[in-house]
Amino acid sequence: MAGVAEQATAREQDASEIVVTSVFKSYGAGPFAKEVVRDCSFTIESNKLTVMIGPSGCGKSTLIQLIAGFELPDSGSITMNAAPITGPGKDRLVLFQESALFPWMTTYDNIMYGPRARGEDTKESADLAEFLLTKVGLEAFRDKYPTQLSGGMQRRAELARAMINKPEVMILDEPFRGLDHMSKELMWEYYAKLYEEDRNTNFFVTTDIDEAIFLADRLLIMTNLPTSTRAVIEIDIPRPRTIEAVADSSRANEIKKEVMTLLHEEAMKSFSGGSKAAADFLDAYSKRVD
Amino acid sequence: MSIVLDKPDTAGGERGPELSSLGLTMYRFSAWLKSPRPYLMLIGFAIVLGFWYLAVEVLQLPRFESMPGLTEVFREWFSKDPIYGLSIYTPEYYTHIGISLRRIAYAFLLATVLGVPLGLFLGWSKTFREFVFPLFEVLRPIPILAWVPLAIIMFSGSESPVIFLTFLASFFATTLNTMLGVESIDESYSRAASCLGASRWQVFKHVVIPGAMPYIFTGLQISIGVAWFSLVAGEMVSGQFGLGYLINTSYMMIEYPKIIIGMITLGIVGFATSAMVRAAGDYMMQWRVRELALVD
Repeated sequence: MAGVAEQATAREQDASEIVVTSVFKSYGAGPFAKEVVRDCSFTIESNKLTVMIGPSGCGKSTLIQLIAGFELPDSGSITMNAAPITGPGKDRLVLFQESALFPWMTTYDNIMYGPRARGEDTKESADLAEFLLTKVGLEAFRDKYPTQLSGGMQRRAELARAMINKPEVMILDEPFRGLDHMSKELMWEYYAKLYEEDRNTNFFVTTDIDEAIFLADRLLIMTNLPTSTRAVIEIDIPRPRTIEAVADSSRANEIKKEVMTLLHEEAMKSFSGGSKAAADFLDAYSKRVD
Repeated sequence: MSIVLDKPDTAGGERGPELSSLGLTMYRFSAWLKSPRPYLMLIGFAIVLGFWYLAVEVLQLPRFESMPGLTEVFREWFSKDPIYGLSIYTPEYYTHIGISLRRIAYAFLLATVLGVPLGLFLGWSKTFREFVFPLFEVLRPIPILAWVPLAIIMFSGSESPVIFLTFLASFFATTLNTMLGVESIDESYSRAASCLGASRWQVFKHVVIPGAMPYIFTGLQISIGVAWFSLVAGEMVSGQFGLGYLINTSYMMIEYPKIIIGMITLGIVGFATSAMVRAAGDYMMQWRVRELALVD
């Protein structure tokens, strides 16, 4: 009994839960202020892969800036393990939309950047870097510069650069955007495998429904601007997942339909730009097409 | 010509991943020779020189009557016993080149040493920029020639006013480009760095400086160009010796071939210095050379 309790506490400490509570965020001042996030609340549960999906330009990236600590909310709170987030930290690593590998450093130096910046240029870090290079399949590209790598390789190098710091939470902002379809699917499987190995807390933002359903344990569906949480769906497709298995899964298709309906409504709002006439027209038009 | 630095147009042939820099240079040189570029270049020169020869010596077009001819200039330039006392065999020729080069070196180095850090801080710190940049923007458009009287009043002797004028033009170009370089850096690089645990100072060292490097070197290229421009202006008004002085005094003394010799020499020496700046840039930005080499 004592053993179980101990395990539970250990798990509790290991847990890295991010709680977003009624967050508001606007940009600009006075009459030019634009509200991007309005009364947004959700939880990134520990040791789960939470995917956030929403219409493009809906303020998902703003939420990432807030969670990463690059910016602070106007009101509301964001906490990690019950402590408020006040700035960027290596416990929450962000993979950006566009590759943020330093073009002036080789793959290896990029991966070692975190440890070196913190003065941990040790044998252990170097060994871990070599291990990660092999793990992401880039050992032959160790001394190449980022521009000499393909898009998929760059993303993997970036994953390795983040993983070497053993972050409690990995935040990924549309990391596979811009890759061609084949590389994208390979990256999904690759990334899902990485996640399934250690089940760290991951927060993944995307606009791609297939990507979202394939990867997610929990799916957050966001509203159009100003952003808040529209729905939360638990994706109960068993792991490990493969592209074929998910494509064949009827459960996945059910979820997809549900998600599409919700997203369609939100996208429509954004498309019609809030105009009642345009919304009615679109509504009528989509019914006609059906 | 910058044979070494130019990328070959013919992208054929093997380019092993681990070519040594000498091997790469040799490869590029031979590819360059095999491409049509050197021959097009020669044709370009031939057309201009041919026009000069025809216009002055054969056709004797109006407006070209008192201009020294091609053969006259080249005979003088390469003569062991020049009529006007200046050729590649006279030490005086090299004194002029040497003194101009020395002034350029002082002014350019000073402009780089002061301009690059200033530009970096201007780009990096918003507060600092608000202090300095408006002042900078008011001073920058003042033509170098307008500074001449002030330079002569402020600095004694004939050497320092010229160096000061040369420095000024370089300094503005370097500073401005460096600042633009810092502003051009994608914010995600500094965010990635601070995410990975870098301090503000580390972000400056590891992201701002290398990220601005391509712009800095563009700035230095412009800087060396305007340095020659203002050097000649300075040498014409003040100073003794130097290529600008040579051109101006040759005009006063009606020794016209020397004007042309001075001008061509300026072109060659100016080109050589800017090729040196480019080579230094390529050497310091290996990552960029490789990036560009992939594109061609």
